[in-house]
Amino acid sequence: MVNLTINGTKVSVKEGTTILDAAKSIGETIPTLCYLKEINEIGACRVCVVEVEGTERCVTACNNFVEEGMVVYTNSRKVRTTRKTNVKLILSQHDYKCGTCVRSGNCTLQSLANELNISEMPYDSILEKDNWDMTFPLIRNAQKCIKCMRCVQICDNIQEMHIWDVVNTGSRTTVNVRGNQNIRETACTLCGQCVVNCPVGALRERDDVGMVLDAVEDDEVITVVQVAPAVRTAWGESFGLSKEFATAKRLVGGLRKIGFDYIFDTTFAADMTIMEEGSEFLERLPEIKESGLPMFTSCCPGWVKFIKSQYPDMADRLSSAKSPQQMFGAITKSYYAQKLGVDPEKIFCVSIMPCLAKKDEYTWDGAKDVDAVLTTREVERLFKAFFIKTDELEEDEFDNPLGESTGAGVIFGATGGVMEAALRSAYYLVTKKNPEPDAFKAVRGLDGWKEAEFDLDGTDIKVAVASGLGNTRRLMNAIKKGEVHYDFVEIMSCPGGCINGGGQPFKDDASMVEERRNVLYGLDKHNNIRFSHENPSVIKCYEEYFEKPLSHKSHEILHVKHV
Amino acid sequence: MSRLTIITKDKAQVTMESLYQDLERRIVASPPGLCTIDLTRSFIKMCLAQSCGKCVPCRVGLRQLARLFDDVLDGNATDETLDVIRLTAEGIYLSADCAIGYEAAKLVLKCIDGCEDDFRSHIERGFCSCNSSQPVACVKSCPAGVDIPGYIALVHDKRYADAVRLIRRDNPLPVTCAYICEHPCENRCKRTLIDAPVNIRGLKKMAVDNAGVVDVPECGEPTGKKVAIIGGGPGGLSAAYYLSLMGHKVTIFEQRKQLGGMLRYGIPNYRLPRTKLDEDINAILSTGIEVKKNISVGTDITLEDINKEYDAIYISIGAHADKKIGIDGEDAKIGVTSAVEMLRAIGDDEIPDYTGKKVVVIGGGNVAMDVARSSVRLGAEKVSIVYRRRKEDMTALEEEVAGAEAEGCDILELMSPVRIEKDKNDKVVGLWVQPQMISKIKGGRPSPKTAAKDEVLIPCDLIVVAIGQGIETRYFEEHGVTVKRGTIEALATSEIKEHKGIFAGGDCVTGPATVIRAIAAGKVAAANIDDYLGFHHEITCDVEIPYAGYEDKIPCGRVEVAVRDAADRKKDFEPIEYGFSCEEACQESGRCLRCDHFGFGSFRGGREEQW
Repeated sequence: MVNLTINGTKVSVKEGTTILDAAKSIGETIPTLCYLKEINEIGACRVCVVEVEGTERCVTACNNFVEEGMVVYTNSRKVRTTRKTNVKLILSQHDYKCGTCVRSGNCTLQSLANELNISEMPYDSILEKDNWDMTFPLIRNAQKCIKCMRCVQICDNIQEMHIWDVVNTGSRTTVNVRGNQNIRETACTLCGQCVVNCPVGALRERDDVGMVLDAVEDDEVITVVQVAPAVRTAWGESFGLSKEFATAKRLVGGLRKIGFDYIFDTTFAADMTIMEEGSEFLERLPEIKESGLPMFTSCCPGWVKFIKSQYPDMADRLSSAKSPQQMFGAITKSYYAQKLGVDPEKIFCVSIMPCLAKKDEYTWDGAKDVDAVLTTREVERLFKAFFIKTDELEEDEFDNPLGESTGAGVIFGATGGVMEAALRSAYYLVTKKNPEPDAFKAVRGLDGWKEAEFDLDGTDIKVAVASGLGNTRRLMNAIKKGEVHYDFVEIMSCPGGCINGGGQPFKDDASMVEERRNVLYGLDKHNNIRFSHENPSVIKCYEEYFEKPLSHKSHEILHVKHV
Repeated sequence: MSRLTIITKDKAQVTMESLYQDLERRIVASPPGLCTIDLTRSFIKMCLAQSCGKCVPCRVGLRQLARLFDDVLDGNATDETLDVIRLTAEGIYLSADCAIGYEAAKLVLKCIDGCEDDFRSHIERGFCSCNSSQPVACVKSCPAGVDIPGYIALVHDKRYADAVRLIRRDNPLPVTCAYICEHPCENRCKRTLIDAPVNIRGLKKMAVDNAGVVDVPECGEPTGKKVAIIGGGPGGLSAAYYLSLMGHKVTIFEQRKQLGGMLRYGIPNYRLPRTKLDEDINAILSTGIEVKKNISVGTDITLEDINKEYDAIYISIGAHADKKIGIDGEDAKIGVTSAVEMLRAIGDDEIPDYTGKKVVVIGGGNVAMDVARSSVRLGAEKVSIVYRRRKEDMTALEEEVAGAEAEGCDILELMSPVRIEKDKNDKVVGLWVQPQMISKIKGGRPSPKTAAKDEVLIPCDLIVVAIGQGIETRYFEEHGVTVKRGTIEALATSEIKEHKGIFAGGDCVTGPATVIRAIAAGKVAAANIDDYLGFHHEITCDVEIPYAGYEDKIPCGRVEVAVRDAADRKKDFEPIEYGFSCEEACQESGRCLRCDHFGFGSFRGGREEQW
């Protein structure tokens, strides 16, 4: 243990603790800006500077370690003036028109400037030129970038896609797409991890709220909205609502106020995906065993984009089942349109997703199934624009029939969830009996690469689950080298799965992921129906329209060929 | 009013003088990977501040150039901008009244010609082509990429054996380099911004002198592949070491009686004690390398035979052929020798006796100094070093030249050898030299020209020619290896085009260079031979590096490695250097700014854990 004094309080911490963590351990806050635990500990912003007795120059708390007998002041005059100057300097290179920024109210720099009581700027603004393609789902505003390098680090070290890079040197140093390419020409999967980790408004999604409202307000158009599982774990965060209060049903209540005609649950489509994908897996199993190559899930568009650009020769191992979002759109515009007796052309299908890549995925078929995608963050902004008092929202039910869901469908939002749901139903499809609902819980948890083996009525099934593209790359390389053999593999681009998706609210605290995950598994546990094949609406949907999984009609409407 | 006053510097002037010195050091410590355009723009601004303002081209032109450079940097430039820059710079060069103007313009023209790609990148793509990773300067400047901040921190913590382990990850000859490396790592040391570069080699010496015997890592699983190394100098030994660690079966074919190449047959014991060299060689061989000594490829075994028996070959034959000076009398039967010949004999303990002899050494490189200083130790009565240019133009390290002088060698600068005077027994009696004067600078080096003075005879008994070494390429050339300007042609990957499985590197490819470059070449060859054999073994080191301290970096002088008194050391071949004391090593290692942790290092380029 190392003994030191922080602001007059004696503290004893393990060797190798940063000054920042030591201060935190006694409840002293040292402000940070560029710092992101274990990902970006580069001391670039110089906001977390502290004074150490006996040392003239300030020391960054985020990446310097405690030493025996050290006496630290986190708020001395020297520290306060230096810190304030640095934040002012950052502001001088940041377009602080907070009134028009999507991150206003949830911006680390803004709160820092407020906290430091900065009310006057001695510096002129020096803003970089900005010429981003505003039609791309991911938008970077160079004038807001504070060069904290978090995006570069996330993309280099967690996702390992190396899309962002530092360009230029000296005063013109900035972040941009590697090699100054057009972002469309890169292999960017639109996982959006850079967005959710950006401390300011430099990275955001393309705002499609206006397009959605146009449809909502058009009397000729029937608006159908679907809500993805992970959205319900996080939509209340920026309103300061508790997880218990910010339920899916209150979200429905809010959406009702916006004026959508039908509010459905993507979870229903997730159950449909399980029926199709689970059946497909059983059908492909002999070939899988023979070739030694697995079938991959296909519900994550970031992953689909990844495999197509990084491992194109493996793309045919993807399940042909459409993702829940696309399947929902396809069912809405076929089965449900028929049920309503309307022309599918009149339906405007909106999905609310925790995801940036979904804003890309829906265009892959020319926006046939889905017409617009909003992220969780856009829904927050939509609610704000409608002055919806979220803390007073009443619970409201999803509409039927496409609003009925199971515990299996809801866990789609977390890493391992698709695999678990699929195995629950595959077991039933093979044995005609339900397994214990928690029989496959070995695939749960936030580890980046999990493996499990199950006995499926005498057949040994080896599965793997990975989340995060760096982990995915390691898994894919191991498969290619023949170091590992699996039958079924689930991949989600974002570390932890959709709960930590690129469309989720900004967070500066990794513990949020665990909280969101608990919401989904809680919903699963307390759902009366925990098997996709028991979803009454799913059963009805097959009876009335698709006949059975992998039927001719299913193939036509619910599957897609990956090449 | 007095008629004259004594001028004293006012406070501002004194301050500026000190700032000039700070700036000088800053330029020396300029890190690699900067934008050439941005730097040149800064230089123009400085030149502009120096302008007296009298003349148009300098006063107005330089300011316009600075603005045009800004346009380039801000992405507002077109091809036309570049034309205007050139035209303006040419105008200033041609018409400025004094050097402040025309030399500034020359600087700009140099930049346009030398950094065209950078201009193109800024103009066409709106950003700089300079790399986005600004590496740690010392690591980047070391050809072998040794983790210098890492081992300095280990030395600071007195973990000498760990320091050796860490160095060996990138350089298997730590002892040798601790004694004789030219330490390019120190050239751009960031510490220079504060005072002077860290004495990196001195700290390495501290590590190796105090580490004791450090075991090498365990070798990987045997791969069943066989690699032949032709030439057991530093490059060959390095390649052999890494390949052996990777699990390949390595055999070194060595032409001479002993391993070490120029380290043994070129560098005198007083600089690199044989026992120290053997420490490195023994460690390397302990990985299980087979050595075949006294085997000359071409004479005792053919390249084809080796090729048949081995899966890959690394040619690292070095540069061991002497160069003739080409003057009359060089063919004297007695009294003319070459540096290579002389040092090779000493390497095999055939020590000549120069007692009472007058020796003249021709040349100004490190080898010339080695020869001269060895001659002193062999008992020579008088040793003179004859050099065409000035002392400051010598390519030998400054401390080598000073060392030679301290030991009593005379430096006869600006003397060009003309012919050798012999007696009737075909024995040398003197060297005729033609006095020179230093003249125009050509290719960055001042060139000598014949002075209007008479030739001078330097009486002597022995002339040692030390004007460089050549490479014995003939056999390899005859066997299909391409030789260009006397060196073997190999790619940057060490591969030889159109000869799959044959690699070459070190002095035989680059021409005579430094030990660390040969080591780096061996490392590159090992990696690429491993890949060629179908593997991708990683060389790692699990030594944990101490945290960087946050303490203030207060200006502090650089501790130099002490040497034995000249009068004493010149009597024997024993090592001339002492090591650091513990106190000195602690202070010197504490001067390291830990660029692996502070600055860009913490973001990128702080540390390569493996290769």
